[in-house]
Amino acid sequence: MRISVEINGRAYDGEVEPRTLLSDFIRHEAGLTGTKVGCEQGVCGACTVQLDGEPVRSCLMLAIQASGRSLTTVEGLAPDGELHPLQRAFREEHALQCGFCTPGFLMSIEAFLRTNPDAGDEELRDALAGNLCRCTGYLGIIEATRRAAREMGGSNG
Amino acid sequence: MKPAPFDYRAPGSLDEALGLLGDESVVLAGGQSLVPLLNLRLARPELVVDINGLAELDYIRADDGPLRIGAMTRQVTLERSELVRERCPLLSAAVRLVGHPQIRARGTVGGSVAHADPAAELPVVLTALGARFHLRSPAGERALDASELFLGPLATAREPDELLVEIEVPEQPEGTGHGFAEHARTHGDFATAGAAAVVGPGGAGIALLGAGPVPARAEAAERALAGGAAPAEAAALAAESIEDDHRRALCTELARRAIGEALA
Repeated sequence: MRISVEINGRAYDGEVEPRTLLSDFIRHEAGLTGTKVGCEQGVCGACTVQLDGEPVRSCLMLAIQASGRSLTTVEGLAPDGELHPLQRAFREEHALQCGFCTPGFLMSIEAFLRTNPDAGDEELRDALAGNLCRCTGYLGIIEATRRAAREMGGSNG
Repeated sequence: MKPAPFDYRAPGSLDEALGLLGDESVVLAGGQSLVPLLNLRLARPELVVDINGLAELDYIRADDGPLRIGAMTRQVTLERSELVRERCPLLSAAVRLVGHPQIRARGTVGGSVAHADPAAELPVVLTALGARFHLRSPAGERALDASELFLGPLATAREPDELLVEIEVPEQPEGTGHGFAEHARTHGDFATAGAAAVVGPGGAGIALLGAGPVPARAEAAERALAGGAAPAEAAALAAESIEDDHRRALCTELARRAIGEALA
């Protein structure tokens, strides 16, 4: 089937089977390997991307369902090589070790901070609950999120 | 894993969708339960009918009294709806406990009902609210209540050629209180137990999550509560038929909290 999708502002056209997952299209057809694939059953959050600005699991969508829509992947956070404030905060606060879960966290948190710039701690922890990290223990991720929220102009933290 | 091959259709209208449904098809709504089953190859349908293009099933309105929720309404839309918060705060509170934001951005109200997972929040809450479920087929429309729709774990009375099109939540009389409580090992996980309570001048609606194969009204508890029983007494009645000691204790306590919240 014919697919035409915008990823990080660039148009990608191609042919996909109906069963092709969006996560596989992003990695294998569009060549954007920043998006990671973990469990392929919607549990780990590693494949989180934004569909028209909302965070979604790309392993739980068929690629064809994204046709005509606009996607943002982790590559879209730093289009000119300049790190997004959230990415900088992750580095400063040691919010990653192996980094496999990081793109998913970034895409979830960026969407959350955009709609909840002044969120309290509990909301923030809720917002992170859909992404699993097996290295850091989350505290660094929470600190990084607070720091990014401050830098991005919210009063969080 | 990856899905086995299937044919795919994305109808542009309800009539077109109804013409495609049958024994070999599955309906793809938000996909948050179906796609994992496809990925794991636990489901191997011949035909996937994707109803995401049916904008006509994406609405929340209350023009004629009851709250009417189109089956393709995303869970996030329900969560953010002022109308729902005003008319049915129980739904607003419970939907926040469904999965995670990434799940609710895609997951639909109709999908959650039609999937009929006994550990899911929305079917239990809708059962306590006395919701009616509207099914459409090429032959016409029928409306079922929860006791008629939910037949077992992941099983409903929906026929293969039928589509769940609307969830109708009756108007709640002035002075109705709501409560919902659940226990999940980690936030966003499927709950191991839960309880929804709706207590108003016209009577009470109580339904438990994780207490049996389907969300069911706890009628003895509802009658006791209407007759002036204390929350703890009604809660014990609601959970009394659960055999497992731990689960019964959990459901009793959660029902007590939900009823207490509804009466507060």
